[in-house]
Amino acid sequence: MKIAVCVKHVPEGTSRIDPGTKRLDRAGEGALNHFDANAVEEALRLKGDSDTEVVAVSLGPQKALDSLRKALAMGADRAVLVSDDAAAGSDLVATSRLLAAALAKEEPDLVLFGQQASDADGAVLWAAVAERLGRPVVSQAMELSVDGGTVHVKRQTEHGYDTIEAPLPAVVAVSDAINEPRYPSLKGIMGAKKKPQDVLSLADLGVDAGDAGEAGSRTTVLALGDPPARADSQKIEDDGNAAQAIVDFLAEKRLI
Amino acid sequence: MATLVFLEHHGDELQKGSLGVLTKAVALGGADAVIIGEGAKGLAAQAGAYGAAKVFACEDAEVAQPVPQPRVDVLAKVVSDGGYDTVLFANSVLAADIAAGLAARLDAGLNWDLVDVELQGGDLVGKRPALQDTVYADVGWTSTPRIALFRAGSFDAQESGGGEPEIVDVSPSYAAHSTSVKLVGQDAEESSGPSIEDAGVIVAGGRGLGAPENFTLAEELAKALGGAVGATRAVVDAGWYPYSAQIGQTGKTVSPKLYVALGISGAIQHKVGMQSSGTIVAINKDANAPIFEFSDFGVVGDVHEIVPKLTELVQQRRGS
Ligand SMILES: Cc1cc2nc3c(=O)[nH]c(=O)nc-3n(C[C@H](O)[C@H](O)[C@H](O)COP(=O)(O)OP(=O)(O)OC[C@H]3O[C@@H](n4cnc5c(N)ncnc54)[C@H](O)[C@@H]3O)c2cc1C
Ligand SMILES: Nc1ncnc2c1ncn2[C@@H]1O[C@H](COP(=O)(O)O)[C@@H](O)[C@H]1O
Repeated sequence: MKIAVCVKHVPEGTSRIDPGTKRLDRAGEGALNHFDANAVEEALRLKGDSDTEVVAVSLGPQKALDSLRKALAMGADRAVLVSDDAAAGSDLVATSRLLAAALAKEEPDLVLFGQQASDADGAVLWAAVAERLGRPVVSQAMELSVDGGTVHVKRQTEHGYDTIEAPLPAVVAVSDAINEPRYPSLKGIMGAKKKPQDVLSLADLGVDAGDAGEAGSRTTVLALGDPPARADSQKIEDDGNAAQAIVDFLAEKRLI
Repeated sequence: MATLVFLEHHGDELQKGSLGVLTKAVALGGADAVIIGEGAKGLAAQAGAYGAAKVFACEDAEVAQPVPQPRVDVLAKVVSDGGYDTVLFANSVLAADIAAGLAARLDAGLNWDLVDVELQGGDLVGKRPALQDTVYADVGWTSTPRIALFRAGSFDAQESGGGEPEIVDVSPSYAAHSTSVKLVGQDAEESSGPSIEDAGVIVAGGRGLGAPENFTLAEELAKALGGAVGATRAVVDAGWYPYSAQIGQTGKTVSPKLYVALGISGAIQHKVGMQSSGTIVAINKDANAPIFEFSDFGVVGDVHEIVPKLTELVQQRRGS
């Protein structure tokens, strides 16, 4: 079996939007989107000792290789990065087109996604990619198993729990409750460097520059503003007296 | 503007969130609606009361189960045949997957997590909080159809005094991949014990409690404060606490006088279930946790250090 895992390189710490480009500032340090570590972990769990191949796939700047290497250090076998200046600023429609093109080349039996990108909070990309690939999709998986040609998923919705089956090849997005991602071992980190890491351009994917980046996008950011003002709020660092400070606050508010 | 609103139903009830979006669309100049699945036609009159002029209804066997992909086929047909330039959804697990699938199918722009939308000089502009709601962006679409997904609770649903809508049957052809997902079981997990929806005080625990047995920290504090215990999806799905206590998009919506968050990061999907609480107190060891963006009193610290002391101090004060 072959499992592809879609992983995103996201800004670390507090992020900001560049007022000039109105895009997320990706100049600072980045890291593997922590929700995608759950997807990598699940792929590795499904692989177990078998000869299943796990391929981590990302769309992003060259620096996204750092996040792909983290996936390799966890145990993925190979990495594919789609990176091209013309792809910067891709929205959902453009991103799904590029990822689907990269995934179509790989022909995996199963494509896994994380629960959400921590910088975008979309929690939607999988459905767009599945549509472009013409594959069944199941989201919010909190339990996942594969037997023969079928994936079995348990997931939570607004109405309780669903048990769902879909035939392979399929697309599944996992929730952050599905597992505890492992930390890469030192051996894993050393080994990651030697694993295959392919960087693909738009031309490699056969995608026209006009179908990527801002040109290929259908949404735009018009303006940036401040959130509505909030009433006073306080934030303290615990110095050993935080419990008393909370009680004083609650008493002042007449809540105890 | 020719607007279509996806109305989601569960059993024989149209979901409040999607009726809220319909209310907004009607205020912007009128809208038609689409209802897909068992009982769709029977709900059309209700959609009319909330202002839908025309209701497309699909009750095909292919859409009997609440899965997204066959609904993309239905919507793609309605949007193309009817020439709709705007398609609106209230966020839900189902609606998000339909909206994104439709965006890919039609190569249309999707703006998500919107909390409002308005017409600026004839152009539709969405309001989207970003980066843990620290920035509010105005977002637009560069082509039609425009697809929008609204955050839970963005609009109140109001009947418009509209009459009987025109009902149109739809039956598209279904793509092979659209009909291959099977829902084999559904488990509503009815809640037992006292309801958290009516509690005046809620102490909620998240993954930061570290282990299921540490929920006693939340339970003891809740008891001292005379409140109930809530939980995040992360710990509910991990089996630490029952689903009936879950707060957020796929759990309960609560608005107690006091909400105490223990080891909760404050994801949007959690926030939508508790943001209207009177006073929010949060303890989290990560100073950058989003929960602090909407807390009245935030403590950067370890729940294991602070909560036992806090419980004791509250007990002393209340003489319990
Ligand atoms: C469609 C959809 C629906 C969803 N519905 C819901 C929903 O209904 N409800 C819901 O809650 N979530 C929901 N989620 C999930 C949501 O996005 C988050 O993943 C979830 O809320 C995170 O739970 P958490 O805060 O417990 O865990 P985490 O995000 O892992 O946060 C744990 C926090 O604890 C802190 N911490 C760790 N140790 C300590 C310590 N010793 N002391 C103090 N702090 C500590 C950490 O700094 C961290 O901020 C949904 C997601 C999706 C995509
Ligand atoms: N640029 C990207 N490259 C690869 N995968 C991505 C990218 N952006 C998002 N994803 C995947 O899509 C999931 C949902 O992202 P989103 O819909 O943007 O919140 C993430 O958890 C990743 O698995």
